[in-house]
Amino acid sequence: MQDIILEARHINKEFHDPVTVQVLTDITFSVNKGEFVSVIGKSGCGKSTLLYILSTMDTDYEGELLIDQELMTGRSDAELARVRNEKIGFVFQFHYLLNEFTVLRNVMLPGLKLNRYSEEEVEHRAMERLKMLGIEHLAVQKAYRISGGEKQRVAIARALINDPHIIMGDEPTGNLDTKNSEHVFEIFKELAELHNQTLLIVTHDQSFAERSGRIIEMEDGRIIRH
Amino acid sequence: MNTKLIFGIAKSLLLARLGQTLVAAVGVTFSIAMFITLLSFMNGLNDLLDGLILNRTPHVRLYNEIKPSENQPVNESPEYANSYNFISSVKSGISRQEIYNSGPIIQAVKTDPRVVGVAPKLTTQVFFNEGTIDITGVINGVDVEEEMRLFNFQDYVTAGSAIDAKNVANSIILGKGLADILVADIGDVVQVTTVEGERFPLKVVGYFQSGIQEIDKVQSYASIVTTQKLEGKPANYITDIQVKLQDLKMAPAVAQEYRQKFDIDAEDIQTANAQFETGSNIRTIISYAVGVTLLVVAGFGIFNILNMMIYEKMDSIAILKATGFSGRDVNRVFLLISMSIGFFGGMVGLVFGFIFSVIIDNIPFNTAALPTIKTYPVDYSPVFYFIGGTFSLITTYLAGFFPARKASRVDPVEIIRGK
Repeated sequence: MQDIILEARHINKEFHDPVTVQVLTDITFSVNKGEFVSVIGKSGCGKSTLLYILSTMDTDYEGELLIDQELMTGRSDAELARVRNEKIGFVFQFHYLLNEFTVLRNVMLPGLKLNRYSEEEVEHRAMERLKMLGIEHLAVQKAYRISGGEKQRVAIARALINDPHIIMGDEPTGNLDTKNSEHVFEIFKELAELHNQTLLIVTHDQSFAERSGRIIEMEDGRIIRH
Repeated sequence: MNTKLIFGIAKSLLLARLGQTLVAAVGVTFSIAMFITLLSFMNGLNDLLDGLILNRTPHVRLYNEIKPSENQPVNESPEYANSYNFISSVKSGISRQEIYNSGPIIQAVKTDPRVVGVAPKLTTQVFFNEGTIDITGVINGVDVEEEMRLFNFQDYVTAGSAIDAKNVANSIILGKGLADILVADIGDVVQVTTVEGERFPLKVVGYFQSGIQEIDKVQSYASIVTTQKLEGKPANYITDIQVKLQDLKMAPAVAQEYRQKFDIDAEDIQTANAQFETGSNIRTIISYAVGVTLLVVAGFGIFNILNMMIYEKMDSIAILKATGFSGRDVNRVFLLISMSIGFFGGMVGLVFGFIFSVIIDNIPFNTAALPTIKTYPVDYSPVFYFIGGTFSLITTYLAGFFPARKASRVDPVEIIRGK
């Protein structure tokens, strides 16, 4: 049996403001190590909401969430922050780099926070990842001076810095042109195939989803295919 | 553990908005500078005004008060010990103002380790004769050298020389007001009539200016020998023993002790000058109140700027939290930002406060009433700098507390979803 990295058990979520709406209904699935999973569905089907719950940032839900076979539900803010730091890497639709820092520093921040390696090692690891993504020449640039496609690659490098168990993406190609989208997809594909990296990507780009290893399709807060 | 990282992030956020940071820091700088300047100046004035009286007042004064005997003879008599004795028309006895055994008392007090010095004094009432007019006055016979050492006598002698009162026989230092009335220049001779009716010529060797006009119109100083000669008294005749202590606060206790030990009247400085304490306390409170108000205003400035910064940095906060920074880390980043503004602003403020104090200290301030004062008085007490520095940190901590808490509670989901 393969290692289960992420497991959701009977997750329900309601929004209460302004009226109570059931957004997620009885979501149960698991992701194994090395899988490249896409979550697709129409706008408003709850796929982003699900991603935030899976990422431990949203704690207001019913059901159970396990990451690396440990129960995440009910843990404190500080513990969850540590889990996110250590085990999860994020790539968002908008690139969310810290403009006050250089590209290299942006990639290094989660690594420094983890505090597992010395600063020199973290820097070395950050450079390795930038090289792997072909953007090492941008390392000393300020984060706001680089292009959108480059920013997304920096965000991926940042997600990779702590060797996370899983990388989660919220429409990582949603804001990019075809060429850059293709580039980002290639990177994900390579990570999954060459580095056995687990990926869970929310997208509504059908062609992107079809080329990934596994598709979870959602509709009206339920999983209809997985 | 993560302290260095937190410092790094705080520093980057601060430097990214250098303009805003500077505005906030200037607010703190300004208020701390004003706080220091105000307190230094106010306290300098306080010390000056207190010094007018307190520097020249002995901490403990030993004397004999003219008063009726508390133990009338009939009460002492064993024959009437068990009866009620009614005595009417009690008068003060022919008690002498002279201090008995003054020599041994002075010796005893001098050896007391709490005492800085002892100066004997002899006060006598006289009339100054100016043509046909007699003007009442007081001559204080003093040990000129001790008076100079202990009570800064020379500072108040504005013309002539204090020590001449000792070196020139039959000399006198007149109060400036008195000298004006008598039209006596230095080197002139004034005629003095004692209470006993003896006439005496005295040579004016200086003017004396206390800063209090009423005093200058009646007081004058002469050496103790001259005064004893005026009164026709022997060389051990003195009416007051003035004691200066190491620590002014001990005066009441010491006075109490001497009163019992030497069987004499003793008055401490606190009892004699209670009103000065009150005045300076109130002035100090007012200046602290103004200083603290300035700091609070600066605190609100920082509060606003931090709040704005947090709104601007919502995305950054969200991404920090998403990548594993806890609410506590974010909280520390913003508190650190606030307190660095307080720290650096405060430091510069202390320096400016000192500079302003020096400037005030160099502004000429001449007044006839205060002969020794040439510039505005300033107190450079390090206590003010300590309080100012501490306060700048406390205020900025409080100003940063709520914005930082707000930042720590930012929900990254809302920010990321909101786009």
